[in-house]
Amino acid sequence: MRQEIPLLITAIVGIGFVIQYFIPHWPFGKMSDWFSDWFSIVGACAIILGALNLLKVSIEKTYRRKEDWGYAAVIIASFLLMTIIGIAEGRGFRNPGTSFDWLYNFVYIPLSATMFAILAFFVASASYRAFRARNFEATLLLIAAFFVMIGRVPVGHTLSSFMPIGWQLSDLASWVMTVPQAAGQRAIMIGIGLGIVSTSLRIILGLERAHIGGGK
Amino acid sequence: MIPRRYKADRMLSPISLLILSLICLIPITVCSQTEPDTLESVLSDSIASSMELDLTPAPVTNVTVADTDNDAGGSITVSWMPSADDYSGGKVRLYRVMRAEAVNGQPGEFTEVGDSPAGKTDYSSDDGNTSDDVSYFYKVVAVNVVYNEAGEESEFTSESDMAGPITSTPQWFHKQRINTLVGMCLLSFFIIYYIAQAKAGKKLFIRKIAGMEAVDEAVGRATEMGKKIFYISGIGDMDNMMTIAAMTILGRVAEMSAQYETYLDVPVCRSMVMVTAREVLKEAHSKVGRPDAYKDDMVHYLTDDQFGYAAGVDGLFVREKPATIFFMGQFYAESLILAETGNSIGAIQIAGTAMPSQLPFFIAACDYTLIGEELFAASAYLSKEPKLLGSLKGQDMGKGVVLAAILLGVLLETFGVFQLSNLFSVID
Repeated sequence: MRQEIPLLITAIVGIGFVIQYFIPHWPFGKMSDWFSDWFSIVGACAIILGALNLLKVSIEKTYRRKEDWGYAAVIIASFLLMTIIGIAEGRGFRNPGTSFDWLYNFVYIPLSATMFAILAFFVASASYRAFRARNFEATLLLIAAFFVMIGRVPVGHTLSSFMPIGWQLSDLASWVMTVPQAAGQRAIMIGIGLGIVSTSLRIILGLERAHIGGGK
Repeated sequence: MIPRRYKADRMLSPISLLILSLICLIPITVCSQTEPDTLESVLSDSIASSMELDLTPAPVTNVTVADTDNDAGGSITVSWMPSADDYSGGKVRLYRVMRAEAVNGQPGEFTEVGDSPAGKTDYSSDDGNTSDDVSYFYKVVAVNVVYNEAGEESEFTSESDMAGPITSTPQWFHKQRINTLVGMCLLSFFIIYYIAQAKAGKKLFIRKIAGMEAVDEAVGRATEMGKKIFYISGIGDMDNMMTIAAMTILGRVAEMSAQYETYLDVPVCRSMVMVTAREVLKEAHSKVGRPDAYKDDMVHYLTDDQFGYAAGVDGLFVREKPATIFFMGQFYAESLILAETGNSIGAIQIAGTAMPSQLPFFIAACDYTLIGEELFAASAYLSKEPKLLGSLKGQDMGKGVVLAAILLGVLLETFGVFQLSNLFSVID
């Protein structure tokens, strides 16, 4: 029963969702909205579980002085600071000029932006590895990447400005992006679509049970 | 007055004309002093009337009303032929749609229900603003809006003939999705057919997926090194198919790690994923007879924030130095931040996502990458169960049909036959 009931619920809801896509009549037409609303409600309630788990793990780590417990202490302090200030400022805690807003704008956003900025350096290191001409495919990738990159910067336009329009480096870069790149991406998208249908069918039919600990 | 003055001009000398003109002016002045409104009002009415005629747009014609197709009711579509003044720089600014409920077959009071900009020739509201058991009449008003020098707004309108009565009705089938239904039925048939074939014992050839072949090796490596395995399920929530696929793969990986007695660490970005992943791990450990090895803390929540999560996971990677890292699920810009950090600590990395824009990053930074559909096939592949492998074969047959349709479509389009591509158009 531990597996059968979740499988039954999954099957009923899954089939219901398939049907609602084809039937606009009430109640099917509204099912998607209802489930979406309920998902948001359950998700909002579940955040408490997540926050409590984060606090529990961090407090335990700090209390037992486990390795790198300092990071856990920072998490607890940051969590409590934001929560207390948010609650103290009441309903308008996100209004401009509030302490919460100050922390959001001058602590949270710069920290997020810093993480995002690191991406630029990681792109450089990953490109360095990816564009090494180790074999035929990698060489092809290198050549394509070279033309796309040089075709998208002003110097590329300048270098090939003597060539007729349609044969300049920027045109070549556009062709790579709109023809071979788009074709490859669409092939991947078709595969993804079929994969989603196949996985959904396996789950609805109860064949796929790994997520509930089932299987052979 | 003008003809009289004209005659005088021709008949009299200039001096006489001047005298006569002065005489003629007297009554006018007197008149304007005694009855100030009469002449001005006549003149202004006449000018306003000619201006109104000039600024009023021609009415729309052929107003038709119909129940909006393929909807849940509550909507009527109004169409019309545009006003003759509806052109660039013309007098029509917008079309105002007026509606009246039918009372004993006759229209009641018309009220505005919406508008369409000039150039548009239909209006429908899908917000359920009509009742399915009430009949309505419609008419469309062409509106011109003019501003004077003081910025005051004046409207010049012309109404169409009335159309109706009409009643909205809900439909039981979305006719424009019939192609999706046919495609889905065909694919389901293939999948179910090959599942039955596999159950009957027929050997099915499934191509090797390098990333999945490496899972055993990756888990074994962590065991030998005595280090952790990290499983990162992306930043999608449980309503995302990639996250669901990631959870099914997690079940297989958890079984292996439990068998090998290797610690599996699953930091998550969503609370609902945390709850689901805990259940998956608990069941996997029970299944291989190691329920004691399961701990709730194996799955722990970090944050819902994308870059906060990336920072948290990066920190764990750098401090814990795991031997193996799995990235399965939905990833955005954090994919390369995570994978490059994993690469820098020398972990064996297996990634899988159906986000085409993130695939190059994983391919560049990870040892193995499951591309698109391979993510969804991974769980079936790892299980080696015939019925699940059968579904993969059915999926491949579906791909064969799509491929054949593409080739046929290319041929037909090349020769100017466009009907086949129309069959694949889908309305959301």
